[in-house]
Amino acid sequence: MNKTLSVSAIQNGTVIDHIPAGQALRILHLLRLLNKKCQVTVGFNLSSQRMKLKDLVKVENYLLTKEEADKITVFAPDATINIIKNFDVVEKIITQLPPGIEGVFSCPNQACISHVEPVESFFIIKEQSKRVHVICKYCEKIFDRNQVKVKI
Amino acid sequence: MARVHTEACSLSTINQNDSIMKSLLYGHDVLSMKELSLAQIQQVLELAATFKSEDVPALLKNKIIAHCFFEPSTRTRLSFETATLRLGGQVIGFSSDESLSIKKGETLQDTIQVLSHYADLIIVRHPKEGAARLAAETSAKPVINAGDGANQHPTQALLDLFTIQECQNKIDGLAIALVGDLKYGRTIHSFAQACTLFDIRLFLVSPDSLTLPDFICDELKRNGVRFSFHQSLEEVVPKVDILYMTRIQQERFNDADYQLIKKRCILTPDLLATAKPNLKILHPLPRVNEIDAEVDKTPHAYYFQQAANGVYVREALLALMLNENVQVLT
Repeated sequence: MNKTLSVSAIQNGTVIDHIPAGQALRILHLLRLLNKKCQVTVGFNLSSQRMKLKDLVKVENYLLTKEEADKITVFAPDATINIIKNFDVVEKIITQLPPGIEGVFSCPNQACISHVEPVESFFIIKEQSKRVHVICKYCEKIFDRNQVKVKI
Repeated sequence: MARVHTEACSLSTINQNDSIMKSLLYGHDVLSMKELSLAQIQQVLELAATFKSEDVPALLKNKIIAHCFFEPSTRTRLSFETATLRLGGQVIGFSSDESLSIKKGETLQDTIQVLSHYADLIIVRHPKEGAARLAAETSAKPVINAGDGANQHPTQALLDLFTIQECQNKIDGLAIALVGDLKYGRTIHSFAQACTLFDIRLFLVSPDSLTLPDFICDELKRNGVRFSFHQSLEEVVPKVDILYMTRIQQERFNDADYQLIKKRCILTPDLLATAKPNLKILHPLPRVNEIDAEVDKTPHAYYFQQAANGVYVREALLALMLNENVQVLT
Protein backbone atom coordinates (compact mmCIF):
# COMPACT_ATOMS: atom_id res chain seq x y z
CA MET A 1 0.00 0.00 0.00
CA ASN A 2 1.30 3.47 -0.88
CA LYS A 3 2.10 5.75 2.03
CA THR A 4 0.47 9.15 1.69
CA LEU A 5 0.82 12.26 3.81
CA SER A 6 -2.23 13.13 5.91
CA VAL A 7 -1.49 16.80 5.26
CA SER A 8 0.06 17.79 1.96
CA ALA A 9 3.53 19.35 1.76
CA ILE A 10 3.90 23.09 1.19
CA GLN A 11 6.29 24.77 -1.21
CA ASN A 12 7.04 27.89 0.85
CA GLY A 13 5.97 28.90 4.32
CA THR A 14 6.04 27.57 7.87
CA VAL A 15 5.21 24.16 9.31
CA ILE A 16 4.39 23.92 13.00
CA ASP A 17 4.59 20.26 13.97
CA HIS A 18 4.31 18.29 17.22
CA ILE A 19 1.57 20.47 18.64
CA PRO A 20 -0.20 18.67 21.52
CA ALA A 21 -3.55 17.38 20.27
CA GLY A 22 -6.24 19.98 20.87
CA GLN A 23 -3.96 23.04 20.87
CA ALA A 24 -3.93 23.85 17.14
CA LEU A 25 -6.98 26.12 17.27
CA ARG A 26 -5.42 28.12 20.11
CA ILE A 27 -2.31 28.58 18.03
CA LEU A 28 -4.30 29.75 14.99
CA HIS A 29 -5.88 32.44 17.18
CA LEU A 30 -2.67 33.24 19.01
CA LEU A 31 -0.88 34.03 15.75
CA ARG A 32 -4.02 35.57 14.21
CA LEU A 33 -3.43 33.30 11.22
CA LEU A 34 -7.06 33.50 10.14
CA ASN A 35 -6.64 37.24 9.56
CA LYS A 36 -3.52 36.93 7.44
CA LYS A 37 -5.34 35.73 4.30
CA CYS A 38 -2.75 33.08 3.66
CA GLN A 39 -3.57 29.44 3.05
CA VAL A 40 -3.57 27.49 6.31
CA THR A 41 -3.83 23.73 6.53
CA VAL A 42 -4.57 22.21 9.91
CA GLY A 43 -4.38 18.59 10.99
CA PHE A 44 -6.05 17.49 14.19
CA ASN A 45 -5.36 14.28 16.08
CA LEU A 46 -2.77 12.99 13.64
CA SER A 47 -0.96 9.87 14.74
CA SER A 48 2.54 10.45 16.01
CA GLN A 49 5.20 8.04 17.24
CA ARG A 50 6.49 10.55 19.77
CA MET A 51 3.17 11.97 20.98
CA LYS A 52 0.63 9.30 20.01
CA LEU A 53 -1.71 12.09 18.85
CA LYS A 54 -0.66 15.51 17.66
CA ASP A 55 -1.91 18.56 15.81
CA LEU A 56 -0.10 20.20 12.92
CA VAL A 57 -0.37 23.60 11.20
CA LYS A 58 1.02 24.50 7.77
CA VAL A 59 0.99 28.11 6.65
CA GLU A 60 1.61 28.78 2.98
CA ASN A 61 3.72 31.77 1.96
CA TYR A 62 4.09 33.11 5.48
CA LEU A 63 7.32 32.98 7.48
CA LEU A 64 6.83 33.04 11.20
CA THR A 65 9.01 35.47 13.13
CA LYS A 66 11.01 34.37 16.15
CA GLU A 67 8.63 36.36 18.37
CA GLU A 68 5.61 34.54 16.94
CA ALA A 69 7.34 31.19 17.28
CA ASP A 70 8.15 31.91 20.94
CA LYS A 71 4.46 32.47 21.67
CA ILE A 72 3.69 28.97 20.38
CA THR A 73 5.86 27.40 23.07
CA VAL A 74 3.37 28.51 25.75
CA PHE A 75 0.82 26.05 24.37
CA ALA A 76 3.11 23.64 22.52
CA PRO A 77 6.44 23.50 24.36
CA ASP A 78 7.83 20.71 22.16
CA ALA A 79 6.60 22.02 18.82
CA THR A 80 9.02 22.00 15.92
CA ILE A 81 8.77 25.09 13.76
CA ASN A 82 10.32 24.80 10.33
CA ILE A 83 10.67 27.40 7.61
CA ILE A 84 10.15 25.85 4.19
CA LYS A 85 11.52 27.08 0.87
CA ASN A 86 11.00 25.07 -2.32
CA PHE A 87 9.72 22.10 -0.27
CA ASP A 88 12.93 22.00 1.80
CA VAL A 89 13.44 22.88 5.44
CA VAL A 90 15.80 25.85 5.38
CA GLU A 91 15.54 26.85 9.04
CA LYS A 92 14.41 25.36 12.32
CA ILE A 93 13.36 28.10 14.70
CA ILE A 94 14.77 27.64 18.19
CA THR A 95 12.13 28.86 20.60
CA GLN A 96 11.96 30.04 24.18
CA LEU A 97 9.06 31.07 26.40
CA PRO A 98 8.04 34.68 25.74
CA PRO A 99 7.75 37.10 28.68
CA GLY A 100 4.05 37.69 27.97
CA ILE A 101 1.11 37.53 25.58
CA GLU A 102 -0.98 40.60 24.83
CA GLY A 103 -4.60 40.48 23.64
CA VAL A 104 -5.99 37.33 21.97
CA PHE A 105 -7.09 35.61 25.20
CA SER A 106 -9.50 36.76 27.87
CA CYS A 107 -8.90 36.43 31.58
CA PRO A 108 -10.74 33.40 33.04
CA ASN A 109 -11.44 35.45 36.18
CA GLN A 110 -14.81 37.09 35.58
CA ALA A 111 -14.13 39.61 38.37
CA CYS A 112 -11.07 40.94 36.48
CA ILE A 113 -11.17 44.58 35.38
CA SER A 114 -10.13 43.52 31.86
CA HIS A 115 -13.71 42.31 31.27
CA VAL A 116 -15.35 45.68 31.83
CA GLU A 117 -12.81 48.19 30.55
CA PRO A 118 -11.67 48.67 26.95
CA VAL A 119 -8.22 47.24 27.59
CA GLU A 120 -6.17 44.47 26.00
CA SER A 121 -5.58 41.49 28.24
CA PHE A 122 -1.97 40.75 29.12
CA PHE A 123 -0.68 37.49 30.54
CA ILE A 124 2.77 37.13 32.05
CA ILE A 125 4.28 33.74 31.25
CA LYS A 126 6.10 31.85 33.99
CA GLU A 127 7.51 28.34 34.09
CA GLN A 128 7.49 26.74 37.50
CA SER A 129 8.45 23.13 38.16
CA LYS A 130 8.32 22.41 34.42
CA ARG A 131 4.71 23.66 34.22
CA VAL A 132 3.81 26.74 32.22
CA HIS A 133 1.55 29.20 34.01
CA VAL A 134 -0.07 32.33 32.66
CA ILE A 135 -0.60 35.19 35.08
CA CYS A 136 -3.09 37.97 34.40
CA LYS A 137 -1.26 41.28 34.70
CA TYR A 138 -4.36 42.97 36.13
CA CYS A 139 -6.03 40.62 38.62
CA GLU A 140 -2.76 38.73 39.36
CA LYS A 141 -4.49 35.35 39.19
CA ILE A 142 -2.40 32.42 38.01
CA PHE A 143 -3.87 30.00 35.49
CA ASP A 144 -2.90 26.82 33.76
CA ARG A 145 -2.32 27.46 30.06
CA ASN A 146 -5.36 25.36 29.17
CA GLN A 147 -7.66 27.64 31.15
CA VAL A 148 -7.27 30.72 28.96
CA LYS A 149 -9.82 31.04 26.17
CA VAL A 150 -9.79 33.06 22.99
CA LYS A 151 -11.37 36.50 23.38
CA ILE A 152 -14.51 36.73 21.28
CA MET B 1 15.49 34.58 61.99
CA ALA B 2 16.91 37.48 60.05
CA ARG B 3 16.48 35.73 56.72
CA VAL B 4 16.54 38.92 54.69
CA HIS B 5 17.02 41.48 57.39
CA THR B 6 20.74 41.75 56.78
CA GLU B 7 20.06 43.18 53.35
CA ALA B 8 17.40 45.51 54.69
CA CYS B 9 19.62 46.84 57.45
CA SER B 10 22.38 47.66 55.01
CA LEU B 11 19.83 49.65 53.05
CA SER B 12 18.81 51.69 56.08
CA THR B 13 18.09 55.17 54.82
CA ILE B 14 17.93 57.30 57.92
CA ASN B 15 20.79 59.64 58.39
CA GLN B 16 20.92 59.96 62.16
CA ASN B 17 22.63 63.37 62.05
CA ASP B 18 20.10 65.35 60.09
CA SER B 19 17.09 62.99 60.31
CA ILE B 20 16.62 62.95 56.56
CA MET B 21 15.13 59.82 55.08
CA LYS B 22 15.67 59.22 51.36
CA SER B 23 12.39 57.78 50.19
CA LEU B 24 12.41 54.33 48.59
CA LEU B 25 8.83 54.89 47.38
CA TYR B 26 9.08 58.34 45.83
CA GLY B 27 7.08 58.39 42.59
CA HIS B 28 6.20 54.69 42.91
CA ASP B 29 2.74 53.13 42.72
CA VAL B 30 1.66 50.86 45.58
CA LEU B 31 -0.58 48.27 43.97
CA SER B 32 0.30 44.84 45.27
CA MET B 33 2.12 43.57 48.32
CA LYS B 34 4.31 41.30 46.25
CA GLU B 35 5.87 44.29 44.48
CA LEU B 36 7.13 45.89 47.68
CA SER B 37 10.65 45.08 48.82
CA LEU B 38 11.52 44.38 52.44
CA ALA B 39 13.50 47.63 52.56
CA GLN B 40 10.47 49.62 51.34
CA ILE B 41 8.19 47.93 53.87
CA GLN B 42 10.60 48.57 56.71
CA GLN B 43 10.91 52.21 55.73
CA VAL B 44 7.12 52.61 55.87
CA LEU B 45 6.97 50.93 59.29
CA GLU B 46 9.86 53.05 60.56
CA LEU B 47 8.29 56.33 59.45
CA ALA B 48 4.85 55.28 60.72
CA ALA B 49 6.38 54.68 64.17
CA THR B 50 7.90 58.16 64.06
CA PHE B 51 4.57 59.71 63.06
CA LYS B 52 2.83 57.86 65.88
CA SER B 53 5.21 59.21 68.50
CA GLU B 54 5.64 62.78 67.24
CA ASP B 55 3.73 65.64 65.66
CA VAL B 56 3.63 65.07 61.94
CA PRO B 57 5.24 67.67 59.68
CA ALA B 58 3.27 69.25 56.80
CA LEU B 59 4.76 66.92 54.22
CA LEU B 60 1.76 67.18 51.90
CA LYS B 61 1.50 70.98 51.94
CA ASN B 62 0.13 72.21 48.58
CA LYS B 63 -0.58 68.62 47.54
CA ILE B 64 -3.99 67.40 46.43
CA ILE B 65 -4.85 63.77 46.94
CA ALA B 66 -7.72 62.22 44.97
CA HIS B 67 -9.61 59.64 47.02
CA CYS B 68 -11.53 57.61 44.45
CA PHE B 69 -13.74 55.09 46.20
CA PHE B 70 -15.86 53.31 43.61
CA GLU B 71 -17.36 51.20 46.39
CA PRO B 72 -18.17 52.01 50.01
CA SER B 73 -15.43 52.03 52.60
CA THR B 74 -15.30 53.35 56.16
CA ARG B 75 -11.95 52.75 57.82
CA THR B 76 -9.73 52.78 54.73
CA ARG B 77 -11.32 55.92 53.29
CA LEU B 78 -11.47 57.85 56.53
CA SER B 79 -7.97 56.89 57.61
CA PHE B 80 -6.59 57.98 54.23
CA GLU B 81 -8.50 61.26 54.53
CA THR B 82 -7.26 61.77 58.09
CA ALA B 83 -3.69 60.97 57.02
CA THR B 84 -3.89 63.44 54.11
CA LEU B 85 -5.30 66.24 56.28
CA ARG B 86 -2.86 65.66 59.15
CA LEU B 87 0.05 65.99 56.71
CA GLY B 88 -1.33 69.30 55.42
CA GLY B 89 -2.70 67.97 52.14
CA GLN B 90 -6.11 68.49 50.58
CA VAL B 91 -8.69 65.89 49.64
CA ILE B 92 -10.80 65.65 46.50
CA GLY B 93 -12.77 62.64 45.36
CA PHE B 94 -15.87 60.57 45.95
CA SER B 95 -17.01 57.77 48.21
CA SER B 96 -19.25 55.70 45.98
CA ASP B 97 -20.04 55.41 42.28
CA GLU B 98 -23.61 56.67 42.75
CA SER B 99 -23.19 60.20 41.45
CA LEU B 100 -20.36 59.58 39.06
CA SER B 101 -19.90 59.84 35.33
CA ILE B 102 -19.22 56.13 35.52
CA LYS B 103 -22.97 55.72 35.94
CA LYS B 104 -23.28 57.48 32.59
CA GLY B 105 -20.91 54.96 31.07
CA GLU B 106 -17.55 56.65 31.56
CA THR B 107 -14.67 54.19 31.76
CA LEU B 108 -12.38 53.94 34.77
CA GLN B 109 -9.52 54.94 32.49
CA ASP B 110 -11.20 58.20 31.46
CA THR B 111 -12.08 59.05 35.06
CA ILE B 112 -8.50 58.46 36.19
CA GLN B 113 -7.05 60.28 33.17
CA VAL B 114 -8.94 63.42 34.16
CA LEU B 115 -8.23 63.14 37.89
CA SER B 116 -4.52 62.67 37.29
CA HIS B 117 -4.53 66.23 35.94
CA TYR B 118 -6.20 67.52 39.10
CA ALA B 119 -4.35 65.63 41.83
CA ASP B 120 -0.79 64.78 42.86
CA LEU B 121 -1.65 61.21 43.89
CA ILE B 122 -4.67 58.97 43.36
CA ILE B 123 -6.06 56.44 45.84
CA VAL B 124 -8.35 53.86 44.24
CA ARG B 125 -10.82 51.44 45.83
CA HIS B 126 -12.77 49.46 43.21
CA PRO B 127 -14.88 46.27 43.20
CA LYS B 128 -13.09 44.83 40.17
CA GLU B 129 -9.78 42.98 40.54
CA GLY B 130 -6.87 44.72 38.84
CA ALA B 131 -8.63 48.10 38.71
CA ALA B 132 -5.85 49.88 40.59
CA ARG B 133 -3.22 48.53 38.19
CA LEU B 134 -5.23 49.72 35.21
CA ALA B 135 -5.61 53.10 36.92
CA ALA B 136 -1.84 53.23 37.45
CA GLU B 137 -1.25 52.51 33.75
CA THR B 138 -3.55 55.39 32.86
CA SER B 139 -2.39 57.91 35.45
CA ALA B 140 0.67 60.08 35.19
CA LYS B 141 0.59 60.40 38.98
CA PRO B 142 1.31 57.70 41.58
CA VAL B 143 -1.57 55.40 42.48
CA ILE B 144 -2.32 53.55 45.73
CA ASN B 145 -4.50 50.46 45.67
CA ALA B 146 -6.98 50.82 48.53
CA GLY B 147 -8.58 47.45 47.74
CA ASP B 148 -9.52 45.87 44.39
CA GLY B 149 -12.21 43.21 44.67
CA ALA B 150 -10.91 40.03 46.27
CA ASN B 151 -7.40 40.70 44.97
CA GLN B 152 -5.19 43.01 47.04
CA HIS B 153 -5.28 45.47 49.91
CA PRO B 154 -1.60 46.33 50.39
CA THR B 155 -2.04 49.26 52.78
CA GLN B 156 -4.01 47.00 55.14
CA ALA B 157 -1.13 44.49 55.05
CA LEU B 158 1.32 47.28 55.88
CA LEU B 159 -0.73 48.40 58.86
CA ASP B 160 -1.07 44.77 59.96
CA LEU B 161 2.71 44.39 59.90
CA PHE B 162 3.12 47.68 61.77
CA THR B 163 0.65 46.54 64.42
CA ILE B 164 2.36 43.16 64.82
CA GLN B 165 5.75 44.85 65.16
CA GLU B 166 4.24 47.23 67.72
CA CYS B 167 2.53 44.63 69.91
CA GLN B 168 5.17 41.90 69.70
CA ASN B 169 8.32 44.04 69.24
CA LYS B 170 9.26 41.87 66.27
CA ILE B 171 7.84 40.19 63.19
CA ASP B 172 10.41 37.46 62.50
CA GLY B 173 10.01 34.28 64.49
CA LEU B 174 6.28 34.69 65.19
CA ALA B 175 3.52 32.12 64.76
CA ILE B 176 0.43 33.64 63.16
CA ALA B 177 -3.00 32.11 62.58
CA LEU B 178 -5.15 33.43 59.72
CA VAL B 179 -8.77 32.61 60.49
CA GLY B 180 -12.01 32.78 58.52
CA ASP B 181 -12.56 33.55 54.86
CA LEU B 182 -9.09 33.00 53.42
CA LYS B 183 -10.40 32.50 49.89
CA TYR B 184 -12.04 35.83 49.14
CA GLY B 185 -10.43 38.06 51.77
CA ARG B 186 -8.12 40.53 50.04
CA THR B 187 -6.55 41.57 53.34
CA ILE B 188 -5.53 37.94 53.87
CA HIS B 189 -4.10 37.65 50.35
CA SER B 190 -1.93 40.74 50.78
CA PHE B 191 -0.88 39.77 54.29
CA ALA B 192 0.03 36.20 53.27
CA GLN B 193 2.19 37.59 50.46
CA ALA B 194 3.88 39.97 52.92
CA CYS B 195 4.73 36.93 55.06
CA THR B 196 7.05 35.68 52.29
CA LEU B 197 9.52 38.43 53.28
CA PHE B 198 9.63 37.41 56.93
CA ASP B 199 10.32 34.33 59.01
CA ILE B 200 6.70 33.63 59.96
CA ARG B 201 4.98 30.30 60.70
CA LEU B 202 1.39 30.38 59.42
CA PHE B 203 -1.61 28.41 60.67
CA LEU B 204 -4.52 28.60 58.21
CA VAL B 205 -7.89 28.09 59.89
CA SER B 206 -10.93 27.96 57.62
CA PRO B 207 -13.62 25.66 56.30
CA ASP B 208 -12.38 23.69 53.26
CA SER B 209 -14.51 25.79 50.94
CA LEU B 210 -12.85 29.04 52.07
CA THR B 211 -9.22 28.01 52.20
CA LEU B 212 -6.31 30.08 50.87
CA PRO B 213 -6.16 30.04 47.04
CA ASP B 214 -3.64 27.64 45.50
CA PHE B 215 -1.67 30.39 43.83
CA ILE B 216 -0.92 32.01 47.18
CA CYS B 217 -0.10 28.65 48.80
CA ASP B 218 2.34 28.03 45.92
CA GLU B 219 3.92 31.43 46.55
CA LEU B 220 4.33 30.62 50.24
CA LYS B 221 5.94 27.28 49.38
CA ARG B 222 8.31 28.83 46.86
CA ASN B 223 9.45 31.31 49.49
CA GLY B 224 9.94 28.71 52.21
CA VAL B 225 7.08 29.90 54.43
CA ARG B 226 5.93 27.07 56.72
CA PHE B 227 2.15 26.72 56.88
CA SER B 228 -0.49 24.17 57.80
CA PHE B 229 -4.27 23.86 57.43
CA HIS B 230 -6.63 23.60 60.39
CA GLN B 231 -10.36 23.27 60.84
CA SER B 232 -10.87 24.87 64.24
CA LEU B 233 -9.56 27.70 66.38
CA GLU B 234 -9.14 25.42 69.38
CA GLU B 235 -6.27 23.59 67.66
CA VAL B 236 -4.19 26.71 67.06
CA VAL B 237 -4.88 29.13 69.93
CA PRO B 238 -2.19 27.69 72.25
CA LYS B 239 0.43 27.76 69.50
CA VAL B 240 0.27 31.28 68.10
CA ASP B 241 1.40 34.82 68.91
CA ILE B 242 -1.10 36.51 66.58
CA LEU B 243 -4.66 35.45 65.83
CA TYR B 244 -5.72 37.26 62.66
CA MET B 245 -9.51 36.94 62.47
CA THR B 246 -11.60 37.78 59.39
CA ARG B 247 -15.28 37.98 58.64
CA ILE B 248 -17.13 34.95 57.32
CA GLN B 249 -20.06 35.98 55.18
CA GLN B 250 -23.14 34.02 56.18
CA GLU B 251 -24.60 34.24 52.68
CA ARG B 252 -21.89 31.94 51.33
CA PHE B 253 -23.28 28.95 53.30
CA ASN B 254 -26.45 27.07 53.98
CA ASP B 255 -27.71 27.23 57.57
CA ALA B 256 -26.29 23.88 58.68
CA ASP B 257 -22.82 24.65 57.32
CA TYR B 258 -22.84 28.12 58.81
CA GLN B 259 -23.66 26.77 62.26
CA LEU B 260 -20.73 24.35 61.97
CA ILE B 261 -18.34 27.07 60.84
CA LYS B 262 -19.59 29.37 63.54
CA LYS B 263 -18.73 26.75 66.12
CA ARG B 264 -15.22 26.30 64.78
CA CYS B 265 -14.20 29.81 63.72
CA ILE B 266 -15.88 32.13 66.21
CA LEU B 267 -13.70 33.44 68.99
CA THR B 268 -15.08 33.49 72.52
CA PRO B 269 -13.24 34.32 75.79
CA ASP B 270 -13.21 30.66 76.94
CA LEU B 271 -11.22 29.69 73.83
CA LEU B 272 -8.48 32.03 75.00
CA ALA B 273 -7.89 30.08 78.22
CA THR B 274 -5.05 28.18 76.56
CA ALA B 275 -3.54 31.22 74.82
CA LYS B 276 0.04 32.39 75.34
CA PRO B 277 0.20 35.55 77.48
CA ASN B 278 1.56 37.57 74.54
CA LEU B 279 -1.20 36.50 72.10
CA LYS B 280 -2.81 39.45 70.35
CA ILE B 281 -5.96 39.31 68.25
CA LEU B 282 -6.17 41.32 65.04
CA HIS B 283 -9.11 41.87 62.69
CA PRO B 284 -9.31 44.20 59.67
CA LEU B 285 -12.87 45.14 60.74
CA PRO B 286 -15.79 45.40 60.40
CA ARG B 287 -16.49 42.32 62.49
CA VAL B 288 -19.92 40.77 62.54
CA ASN B 289 -20.00 38.02 65.12
CA GLU B 290 -16.72 36.18 64.64
CA ILE B 291 -15.27 37.84 67.76
CA ASP B 292 -17.50 37.80 70.81
CA ALA B 293 -17.79 41.31 72.31
CA GLU B 294 -16.54 39.90 75.64
CA VAL B 295 -13.16 39.28 73.98
CA ASP B 296 -12.76 43.08 73.73
CA LYS B 297 -12.21 43.17 77.49
CA THR B 298 -9.32 40.70 77.43
CA PRO B 299 -5.67 41.86 77.16
CA HIS B 300 -5.46 39.89 73.92
CA ALA B 301 -7.77 42.20 71.94
CA TYR B 302 -5.74 44.54 69.72
CA TYR B 303 -8.03 45.19 66.73
CA PHE B 304 -9.04 48.72 67.67
CA GLN B 305 -5.39 49.75 68.08
CA GLN B 306 -4.80 48.06 64.72
CA ALA B 307 -7.50 50.21 63.09
CA ALA B 308 -6.01 53.35 64.66
CA ASN B 309 -2.60 52.46 63.23
CA GLY B 310 -4.07 52.75 59.75
CA VAL B 311 -3.68 56.52 59.94
CA TYR B 312 0.05 56.46 60.80
CA VAL B 313 0.90 53.85 58.18
CA ARG B 314 -1.03 55.69 55.49
CA GLU B 315 0.61 58.97 56.52
CA ALA B 316 3.98 57.31 56.09
CA LEU B 317 3.03 55.93 52.70
CA LEU B 318 1.73 59.25 51.37
CA ALA B 319 4.76 61.12 52.72
CA LEU B 320 7.20 58.68 51.12
CA MET B 321 5.43 58.54 47.76
CA LEU B 322 5.29 62.32 47.38
CA ASN B 323 8.62 63.38 48.90
CA GLU B 324 12.05 62.42 47.59
CA ASN B 325 13.47 63.11 51.03
CA VAL B 326 11.46 63.06 54.21
CA GLN B 327 12.69 65.22 57.03
CA VAL B 328 11.69 63.73 60.36
CA LEU B 329 11.24 66.11 63.28
CA THR B 330 13.32 65.21 66.29
